Amino acid sequence: MMLEVRNLHAYYGQSHILHGVDLEVGEGEIVSLLGRNGVGRSTTCKAIMGLVPPQGVVKYRGKDVAGLRSDLVARCGIGYVPEDRQIFPTLTVRQNLELGLKKAGKFGRWNFQDVFRLFPNLDARQDTAAGVLSGGEQQMLTMCRTLMGDPDLILIDEPTEGLAPKLVEQVGLLLEEIARRGVSILLVEQKLTIALKICARLYVMGHGRIVFEGTPADLNANADVRREWLEV
Amino acid sequence: MEIVLISLLNGLVYGMLLFMLASGLTLIFSMMGVLNFAHASIYMIGAYLAFTVSQVLGFFPALIIAPILCGLLGAAIEIYGLRRVHHNGHIAELLFTFGLVFIIQRGVQMTWGMLPMAYRVPAILDFPLFTVYGANFPAYRGFMLLISAGMLLATWLLLKKTRIGLIIQAALTHPQMASSLGHNVPMVFTIVFAGGCLLAGLAGVIGGNYQTTEPGMAEAMGPIVFVVVVFGGLGSLAGCFIASIVMGVIQTFAVVIDYSFIDFLKPLGISVTADNLLTEILTVPVARIGALLPFAMMILILLFRPRGLLGTRDT
Ligand SMILES: Nc1ncnc2c1ncn2[C@@H]1O[C@H](COP(=O)(O)OP(=O)(O)OP(=O)(O)O)[C@@H](O)[C@H]1O
Ligand SMILES: [Mg+2]
Repeated sequence: MMLEVRNLHAYYGQSHILHGVDLEVGEGEIVSLLGRNGVGRSTTCKAIMGLVPPQGVVKYRGKDVAGLRSDLVARCGIGYVPEDRQIFPTLTVRQNLELGLKKAGKFGRWNFQDVFRLFPNLDARQDTAAGVLSGGEQQMLTMCRTLMGDPDLILIDEPTEGLAPKLVEQVGLLLEEIARRGVSILLVEQKLTIALKICARLYVMGHGRIVFEGTPADLNANADVRREWLEV
Repeated sequence: MEIVLISLLNGLVYGMLLFMLASGLTLIFSMMGVLNFAHASIYMIGAYLAFTVSQVLGFFPALIIAPILCGLLGAAIEIYGLRRVHHNGHIAELLFTFGLVFIIQRGVQMTWGMLPMAYRVPAILDFPLFTVYGANFPAYRGFMLLISAGMLLATWLLLKKTRIGLIIQAALTHPQMASSLGHNVPMVFTIVFAGGCLLAGLAGVIGGNYQTTEPGMAEAMGPIVFVVVVFGGLGSLAGCFIASIVMGVIQTFAVVIDYSFIDFLKPLGISVTADNLLTEILTVPVARIGALLPFAMMILILLFRPRGLLGTRDT
């Protein structure tokens, strides 16, 4: 198993947010993590990355990474795209991408040409301060920045949040390209359509735990789960 | 006229010295959120170390050795001190650096004594560089300008043109993101803290014989550097630079101006003669309240522009 999370707990100060999350991602697999606002999906990603102190088991390719410093988790091969994007606003588009590299000049599956071919908008604005890009451009930049570090598994938190339908489609295409290059994906999403279309397996979260696990077809067949944990 | 020119130059020299201190302080603050009270104490240590080293090896080796020692001391403070108290929040960090001020103060007094050191300008630089209308501009001040400008350029190049500089800039805005991309952010913090201390140490080396090397020098310099940082806006290097130069020039002029406020009012046709508190204040020569001027400016800027000149966040 590529990523194995067992009985994961996490806290913000006194408040207990994750109550024993269990999930798995296999090599080359695309897995979605669904759920309503505030159920702890982002916290799950942060706990895996070591950005929030995790309690429980987090194993990456058999190696225990729970509680490792974030840069060391990243260097094991896990990439993270946060929901708030965290673009470096004063740096240029190209500099943002450069920061994705773990070492200067060390490219893996992705290089500058790939990014600029996929997103001509970014090509045209290579030397622009990233802070002035549109929301959609910033989202693409954030994902590409993490890809430059050549992760084998990427955690992507709500990449389509607040984007126009046309851009949502672009995000979908990039996700497919990522999968084509053999990178496993754990995708946190709110929009069921895109998540169900690309993933092979999915988890539904509620109140800090996993409440459902199955394929998109299983979820489609299970109206109760959708009503209780997903629909608003 | 010659007074104006010479004072302007002197103000520039002093301003650059202030900037060497203030730039480190503001970088450390914007990156780690730590207002390092002990920054001026490192400046003092730089001066004392320079004095001791220059007695053995001469001034120019001291110019290199003392700042490096200060940088190493800074690295040790960050790794063994700040990093440990960091978990307990900003107040703990503040108290920690506050405690350092007293420890360093005592340590200096115990090692070098209470009296001023005979740390002098090296003989080779002890001549007037040029003379305008009979007023001298010492060569050593020219040397100070050269060193501080060189250091400024080096820091700028490091920040803007190297990969470590790029990572520092990234960690300034989103340290957690920089970390998730695989960059060792704690090490970046140590480098920045040590670099800030190195600059402060260098300021001490060239400032210690320009002013006097004595146990009160940190206490005298500390508040002014804080004023500069607040005035320029926390977290802004450009604002910090402008504030340093302005403060340097203002302070230099305040000392040489032999007028009181009442002299400025006279040409306006206002004359105050009544014997009350206001007149009392207005007749004090500017030179005597010069030392208060920076603080008055800080209060004004906090009242009317709380982010400072170019600051990006509230002070
Ligand atoms: N920094 C924080 N401090 C305290 N509580 C937090 C913090 N961040 C999140 N929480 C709380 O933790 C819970 C889970 O948050 P999380 O961000 O993981 O939710 P989510 O499932 O990603 O939902 P969404 O992204 O839609 O808000 C929420 O109740 C939230 O209020
Ligand atoms: Mg979230």
